[in-house]
Amino acid sequence: MTARIVALHGAVIVALFLAQFVASDYAVLTITRIMVLAVYALGYNILFGYAGLLSLGHAMFFATGLYGAALGVTRLGMAAPEAFLFATFCGVIVSIVIGFVALRASGVAFMIVTLMFSQAAFLAVLYFGDITRGDEGIVIKDGQRMFPLFGVPMNLADPVLRYNIALAFLAVAIVLCLIAVRSKIGHVLVAIRENESRTAMLGYDVKRYKLIAFVLSGSFAAVSGAAYALLFAYAGSTLASIQYSIHPLLWTLLGGAATVLGPVLGTALMFLLVDFASGFTSASLLFVGVALILLVLFFPKGILGTLRQRYWRWLP
Amino acid sequence: MPERKLIVPDKKLISRRSALKLAGAGAAAATMGPGFMRYAQAQSSEPIRIGFQVHKTGIGAAYGKWYEQTTNAAVKLINEAGGIGGRPVEIVAEDDATDPGRGAEVVEKFATQHKCDVAFGTLFSHVVMGSAPRAGELKIPYFVVSEGHHVASGKLNRYTFQPGITDVRSQVISMAPWIAKNLGKKVTMIFPDFAFGYDHRDYFSAAIKAQGGEVNALIPIPPTETSFSRYFAQIPSGTEVIYHVMVGPAVLTFVKELGEFYGSNHPPLFGFIDSLEAVSLKSPGLEFLEGSYFWEAYPRNAGAKPADADTFYRGKVGVDQYGSSVSDPNDVSTYSHMFGCWETLYIIKQAMEAAGYKGPDDRAKLIEAAEAITTIPEGNEHPQGDKVFNGKIHQVFGHQNITQVKGGVGELVYRTTIEEGMYEPEADYTAMPL
Repeated sequence: MTARIVALHGAVIVALFLAQFVASDYAVLTITRIMVLAVYALGYNILFGYAGLLSLGHAMFFATGLYGAALGVTRLGMAAPEAFLFATFCGVIVSIVIGFVALRASGVAFMIVTLMFSQAAFLAVLYFGDITRGDEGIVIKDGQRMFPLFGVPMNLADPVLRYNIALAFLAVAIVLCLIAVRSKIGHVLVAIRENESRTAMLGYDVKRYKLIAFVLSGSFAAVSGAAYALLFAYAGSTLASIQYSIHPLLWTLLGGAATVLGPVLGTALMFLLVDFASGFTSASLLFVGVALILLVLFFPKGILGTLRQRYWRWLP
Repeated sequence: MPERKLIVPDKKLISRRSALKLAGAGAAAATMGPGFMRYAQAQSSEPIRIGFQVHKTGIGAAYGKWYEQTTNAAVKLINEAGGIGGRPVEIVAEDDATDPGRGAEVVEKFATQHKCDVAFGTLFSHVVMGSAPRAGELKIPYFVVSEGHHVASGKLNRYTFQPGITDVRSQVISMAPWIAKNLGKKVTMIFPDFAFGYDHRDYFSAAIKAQGGEVNALIPIPPTETSFSRYFAQIPSGTEVIYHVMVGPAVLTFVKELGEFYGSNHPPLFGFIDSLEAVSLKSPGLEFLEGSYFWEAYPRNAGAKPADADTFYRGKVGVDQYGSSVSDPNDVSTYSHMFGCWETLYIIKQAMEAAGYKGPDDRAKLIEAAEAITTIPEGNEHPQGDKVFNGKIHQVFGHQNITQVKGGVGELVYRTTIEEGMYEPEADYTAMPL
């Protein structure tokens, strides 16, 4: 791994760490939320950007983490860290199971299958409303978000702690992505994306690599969902709906698919765009649409993807 | 499992962070400072800033439009009368897209960016549920206008109030005695298969049983359903009353298919106006509802002898005697909900003035002043009627109304007492720390 790659990604993480000391309270809250959701986008990018598999059902993995954590705390009496691990484990298992089935399809069929599973998961959340409280959702109470860690009391309502937990998740996700995409796995995934038949002919077990990408991607989504529930104290069916499958796709496209930092940038820009526009118009989604049109016209590979194509060929 | 206990937030950590901000912020901190200082020094003459979390888009947009119109009318009136504690009121409206995730972000924005004194106005339960934890953490009083049972259930926190509209549990239990006495005791319930429907299912089932009746069939309908005939076949033949509380865009299809299923010979229908808020009862396809009964928090039809306060309220909001916009009779209001914005704003005013509210430092006093409210008299500030507020559960109780559809207009047939909608408190928010 070249020094400038390490320097760039390290600088982003350090900049985010330092941001908490200078940013306003609102900016700290906003960046916290962006970092949690960026983990979701980073995972999505592994499957979509590198392996070339467009999923329309990732909300199901996000929701697995979300409800795994929320129900773990509220129904199973787990402490927040236990619930987080439980939710992540659930995410891994669900990813493996769904991956085995969904990866039997490809192209448009893969999109439909993932969408179908995700809708089934969404409806299951509503169907088991006595447990999940359906559309209304679950509130995690303050006391359930406090826990001792190595004897030190932790309170997830503390904005400083929450910010740094979100940053830790994002930093780990960026490092894992970097390692994955620059390893043999990453190269094979790109080969599959470019020409699956040729990759198989060269002797690579294409199904296995696609499953690895699927599980990694789903697990990142579950980690993001679990973190979202525990840090922001809420889990609800809206967060399992189709729009939360579309979000990571848009974030990745905006920032640049198949770039490690692209999904992070895309998440931040889209989030800030909606936040800015909704302050003075109810047509905030119009801004999103205009942004996507401009993206297609001027940055067809996303912002970082286009910059890599034109200037920074070394960008991973 | 390690023992868990309540832990006070680490104030040292926060103050260290504040110190780091001052020491290391450089230009950014310098630009932030003056704005904050200006607010702090001038807060006694600054407007009271009320963050209005409004459903401008998404599934709640029809409600949001009328919530906004009612809120603007009330604020105009409050300001004309001298504001709150002599300070003008400023509404900071932000669209939450009827989405709990965005709703939480909007509350954060009110508290930390717009520096609002309180947040207010949310209707849909899932947005309240998603937003209330953030309000509690940020210690910004959050006055919702939702009618959900979430506040009274004790699930939320000390900073969340519902003082301007009754909750669904209260509404449901107050209907049971009249239904049992006037329509029948064997009730089939048709309700949406999600949390709102479950509140109806659970509380009405118990309430009708207490009246010597029974629910002889429960028919939950998935929220994505678009065709209903197959569910009607599940209605037992001995049913004396059909209780329906469908919501969403499919309600017109629901009514039409129910009419086709039964024809002219059917058990009495009792529904909740939530199904048809912002929809005219004279809409094509709703003819089957003629003669049926509805719960209305506040009847949209003023009737022959409206109260002075009701006439005053309609005039200020711009609603005619049938609950439609004065500028467009086809623009039907959400009359049984939007009054909650009006009344909640007057409760905020009452509590702020009782607390001697000067700024965010007085939020604890504001909470305690709001909790101390007990009786609320009927009048221009509370046109829906007099009410009783329970400070322990942060929930108001009031009169409910039953109307019968005659000629496409709901005519009042019964108005409950406040006591008929009261129940034992399930929680005590006042025991929570501020």
